[in-house]
Order: sequence, then C-alpha cells, then structure tokens
Amino acid sequence: MAKNTLRKTFIEPLGKNNPVFVQILGICSTLAVTNKLQNTLVMTLGVMFTTALSSFTLSLIRNHIPSRIRMMVETMIIATFVIIVDIVLKAFYPEMWKQLGPYVGLIITNCIIMGRVEAFALQNKPMLSLVDGLASGLGYAYVLLAIAFVRELLGTGSLWGVRILGSWWTNWSIMIMPPGGFFVLAILIWVIRETIMKEAKHD
Amino acid sequence: MTESLMPFAIFFASIFTGNILLTNYLGMCSFLSVSKELKTSLGLGVAVIFVMATTTPLNWLVYQYLLIPFGLEYLRFIVFIIVIAAFVQLTEMTIERYSEPLYQSLGIFLPLITVNCAILGVSLFMVIREYTLFTSLLFGLGSGIGWFIAIIAMAGIRQKMKNANVPPALEGPAITLVIAGFMAMAFMGFSGMIALS
Repeated sequence: MAKNTLRKTFIEPLGKNNPVFVQILGICSTLAVTNKLQNTLVMTLGVMFTTALSSFTLSLIRNHIPSRIRMMVETMIIATFVIIVDIVLKAFYPEMWKQLGPYVGLIITNCIIMGRVEAFALQNKPMLSLVDGLASGLGYAYVLLAIAFVRELLGTGSLWGVRILGSWWTNWSIMIMPPGGFFVLAILIWVIRETIMKEAKHD
Repeated sequence: MTESLMPFAIFFASIFTGNILLTNYLGMCSFLSVSKELKTSLGLGVAVIFVMATTTPLNWLVYQYLLIPFGLEYLRFIVFIIVIAAFVQLTEMTIERYSEPLYQSLGIFLPLITVNCAILGVSLFMVIREYTLFTSLLFGLGSGIGWFIAIIAMAGIRQKMKNANVPPALEGPAITLVIAGFMAMAFMGFSGMIALS
C-alpha cells in the first residue's frame, strides 16, 4: 500500500497531472531561458532542487505552523533554497549565473513550487512530499527541455552549443527570440491535448 | 545616445521593446487566467501599474541603504518579497478604510499581485541594470504600463475570439499563447528604435 502511493505520487506529475500541460503553471520564470539547452537544464535543476526540498522542509514542520501565517513561512522556506541555488551558481558557474540574470531569483515566484507546498506538503508526510516535489520538478523539467530542444535546434541549428545541422540550414532566428517561446509552447500543448482527447474518446 | 535622454529611453523601452510580459514572459500565470474578461483585466492592469511604480523605487532604497551597507546583498530575494507583500497589504488596508468603490474595483486584485512574478522581476532587473532612484521609478512605471497594454489588448482579442471556430484541443491557454506570440512579434517591431540591454 505504502509503496503504491509512493509510486503513484511519483508517476502522476509526469503524465496526466503534468504541471505545465494540465495546469499551465510556473512557466513564467523559466520560459525566458529556453532558447538554450544549457541554461534550461541549469534552471530546471534549480527548480527541482527547490520544489523537492521546500516540500520536504515544510512537511517536517507542518504541524507547528499557525495556518494564518503559513504563506509567509512557505515563502521564506522557498526563498532560502533559491538563495542557496543562487550562491552556488555564483560561486561555481559565474558565467552561467550572469546569463541567467534575474531568473534564478524568480524561481521563488514559480507557481509550481508554492502550489505543491500548499496542495500537497501541508497534508502529507515528509518523504512523500519529497517524492511529490521531485516528480513535479521532473515533469516540469522535461517539458521545458523539450521546448529548449526545439528552439535551439531550429533557431541556431545547434544543440548544446554544438552545430548539428549543416550549413544548408537557415536559422529561424524567430525561434530564439521571445515569440518563438510562445509558439513552441502553444504547439506542444496543442499536440498533447489532442492526444489526450483522442485517448479519452477510445475509452 | 546622449546621457540626458537615458531616462526617457528606459521608460519607452520598458513599455515597448522590453515589454516585461512579451519579451521576458513574466506575469504569465495571471495573464493567461485573467485576460478572459476585459473588465477584470483593466482592474488588474491598473493595480499592477501602481504596485510596480511604487515598489521598484522602494526596493531601490532598501537595497542601497540597508542591504549594501550591511553586505547582505544575497538576502535581496527575501527582502524584496517582504517589502512587496507588506506594501501591498498596507495599500489594501488603506484603500479599504478610505474608499469603498476603489476597494471594490482595485483592492480585490492586490493580494493576487504579491505572487505575480513580474513585480519581483522588475525589482531584480533594477538591481542588475544598476538604475538610479529616478530611472528605477521610470522603469517600474513603464513596465507596469507595458503589462497593462499587453493584458488589455489580449482581453480585447479574446472577447472577439469567442465567435471564432477554434479546434477544441487548441482552446484556452494554447490559443492564448499563440496570440501572445503574434503580439510579441508586433512589439518586436519597436526594437529598431531603442533597445534595453
């Protein structure tokens, strides 16, 4: 039983409860860096780290927080982990830190983290919350990595900074500019929903 | 560009070429959900302008006179959020106390704003781009106006869209994102004029 819940908690955010497709949450802070695969990976790792650990921490102290000030406590916990991410990046990868600019700090306002903490960690045990946070982060990460993959490939003809497509390829520079992010995300949501709807019809 | 024109350039660029929503994707969550209706968009837009224009200079003061002297720059995320939340709460209480109609039209949107990423984003950009007190005020105001224009335009388009025949899977957020993409392209047309680094 216990194992089943753990598995379900892990699987659901990856598929039918995906935070990006189904709830359209949390795209604010990360969509802006999806024009490069590298930046996206670092950002999503930061988001995963923060969701998992803030869910875990909040769940540990959930019985001691007065419900009136719980939002404040949640924000403080999330901000603490984001500061850790920021400091680590600044110390070890200063180049990356500079490129990401304000977006690392904006992980705090990412709705997914707050949403998971509010909806899940407040009612569940620490280990389960950790798994839920991690899974939500993962579900979020692969969607954004997919977006970044399309944008970098079409926009610059390369992946991870390495040229993949030959010189015959004309770069679609619109893809690495802001409108590209909107279009790719929209098309992705469209395709996924279309498949979900078709499956529902078959059932 | 001459030095004296800089503040104006920042103001103009933050509205058009560097539109906080369309080029930085900030404030998307509330943008996607609220832009269904023109009237609520209007209320939220005005509230965003007000909060951005006031909290950005406020955060500038806090950053320059509290955080830098004590070497606490790394705490800026937490401090900015507290300043924004406290300020929004105070404004809400003041409006509720003194003007009932204003509270009805504007006050209900204020709590929503605390979690709007665009507000924190503007303050963080202000630190990175090393603005002065005056330019950070202009930058906050301009970004607010830019967000306002974007959400009003989107709400108007979405009202017309009600008569359009959209594929069922594309309805809702997906079609809104497509429209936002076209709007972003339109706003890019201004970028030949002034660019923000």
